[in-house]
Amino acid sequence: MSADALAPAAGTQPDSAGHFGRFGGRFVPEALVAALDELDGAWRTAMADESFRAEFGALLRDYAGTPSLLYEARRFSAKVGARVLLKREDLNHTGAHKVRNVLGQALLTKRMGKTRVIAETGAGQHGVATATAAALFDLECVVYMGQVDTERQALNVARMRMLGATVVPVTTGSRTLKDAMNEAMRDWVANVDETHYLIGTAAGPHPFPAMVRDFVRGIGDEARQQCLDLTGALPDAVTACVGGGSNALGIFHAFVGDEDVRLYGFEAGGDGVATGRHAASITGGSAGVLHGTRTYVLQDADGQTLESHSISAGLDYPGVGPEHAWLHDTGRASYQPVTDDEAMAAFELLCRTEGIIPAIESAHALAGTVALAPKLAAELGREPTIVVNLSGRGDKDVHTAGDYFGILDKER
Amino acid sequence: MSRIGVAFDKARADGRALLVGCMPAGFPTVEGSIAAMIAMVEAGVDVIEVEIPYSDPVMDGPVIQKASDIALAGGVRTADTLRIIEAVAATGAPVVTMTYWNPIERYGVDAFARDLAAAGGTGLITPDLIPDEADEWLAASDAHGLDRTFLVSPSSTDARLAMTVEHCRGFVYATAVMGVTGARAQTSDAAPTLVSRVRAVTDLPVGVGLGVGTGAQAGTVAGYADGVIVGSALVRCLLDVPSEADGLTALRTLSAELAEGVRTPTR
Repeated sequence: MSADALAPAAGTQPDSAGHFGRFGGRFVPEALVAALDELDGAWRTAMADESFRAEFGALLRDYAGTPSLLYEARRFSAKVGARVLLKREDLNHTGAHKVRNVLGQALLTKRMGKTRVIAETGAGQHGVATATAAALFDLECVVYMGQVDTERQALNVARMRMLGATVVPVTTGSRTLKDAMNEAMRDWVANVDETHYLIGTAAGPHPFPAMVRDFVRGIGDEARQQCLDLTGALPDAVTACVGGGSNALGIFHAFVGDEDVRLYGFEAGGDGVATGRHAASITGGSAGVLHGTRTYVLQDADGQTLESHSISAGLDYPGVGPEHAWLHDTGRASYQPVTDDEAMAAFELLCRTEGIIPAIESAHALAGTVALAPKLAAELGREPTIVVNLSGRGDKDVHTAGDYFGILDKER
Repeated sequence: MSRIGVAFDKARADGRALLVGCMPAGFPTVEGSIAAMIAMVEAGVDVIEVEIPYSDPVMDGPVIQKASDIALAGGVRTADTLRIIEAVAATGAPVVTMTYWNPIERYGVDAFARDLAAAGGTGLITPDLIPDEADEWLAASDAHGLDRTFLVSPSSTDARLAMTVEHCRGFVYATAVMGVTGARAQTSDAAPTLVSRVRAVTDLPVGVGLGVGTGAQAGTVAGYADGVIVGSALVRCLLDVPSEADGLTALRTLSAELAEGVRTPTR
């Protein structure tokens, strides 16, 4: 299947300028348009090129370790009241779905003859993945990371440096992910000739949302077939967490044309959407322009971006990929917030029932699934089958989770 | 013809370039920014470019970022910007507004165009809005008689450059370097080429911005462009100064030096 990872997609495509309905497009300095056009051309050419697809497929198989398993979580299922199938993206090399995207974009970087990649990172996962691909492809790598995050995620900073990347702490604005993205854009404008900006999610200006989605769509292509093989039918629902939204689009995309399969995206509700301290751009934000695209944004009455809040650094972003905004508007997918506490309860449940420590991001998908299962069972009059994208592993979150549960021995 | 067009024509007739000075609205305070902009006009800046502070200014370097942060932390609102524009326009100097797109979209594109025109603003410079995405702004600027300045870049293809210029009214903004705002030690080699590429497709005046900070640099740019746009160097006069009065003195001195520069074009 991985050799066909870039076969034409069923389901949805943006228009030629990258619009998903009223969302998407390009809101960028003119200086970047030539580079975006070059990238768009390189991506389309690569998609149609058998040798690119074969090379990408081989990397996904031999290096990233995909297809990832679809695992029936029986003890978790019994607690939840649904047949829960976990798409084990946590088992991929570097521990998350993100490796699929960085391998695709690193291959494109090489094809465009560029020698340097830059990236933004929040928790450091995308930074680590980018540094990994840069090492593999012998590319110079600079990762922008908010100073607040470099302090919170010192281990990931060390990982990136071990892999040969330069980590630049960003001290402007709120010193978190959105400011790291601003700084990466500034670098890109100044160095665009030799540099590719390896954006970590299905957001940003066209062609990034559609391109990143296509690089990670193997998640859903695999899961759909695996579910058919395992159960003889499609699932009743597919669930995923949504920050920028690449893991969710990656698993949704194969199912968009399957009308009977419900799609659920769970956003980071932080302390609760009503408190204002959250990162739920769709359920708690409004349409606007941020980081090169029109989408749902957390913003004030004057269009200034608001700070987001979530226990999950990977979901702590005040925007969302434009395709999600569109899937929300069309009603094809449903988006709901999950609070920090709900996510951490589901985190603990998976640890204790299955011996799997999920990323806190993925725990939002698990928590949403816990709430969804009884409603779906009542509606269908039977036990539902739910495929959950377990997008990453929780090794990186041990400190945060240990702190949350109060199980860390006191430091001396 | 707009007030800016008239000013460009007059400068051309005088054999000099126009000096455009940029300042974020509400920096260091609303009243302080009005005082700063009026001081700039008095010291010889021809056109004031009022930048609407924005939380995520991806085209701006550290100086304007910091000034914008200070303005936003001080609580400046879009409505305050309109009040500032009105106060500065009352001096008779043309006032153009530079803004990232989201604050305008949030205000309402047509409503903002209406209120900007009422405040005496001449139009908008839009660093992250390209004509491809500007249908609503094209309509609103037509409806309210405002100028549209889109940016062209050394990386713009000929086709894009022609398309972008086609949608401009008032003047064209040529970004001299591939990069963000901020004074640089040397002026750009790419800018003269870019300006002549623009001149090949339009009679509109061309302003050059990014990296100009001294009278000598202003003179160099005035040698080939119709307008010299200075931002960070002026803003820096008001950053980290012991008192607002000291800042205004420095601002007047630099404005006068730049005004002298655009009057002595190096050819």
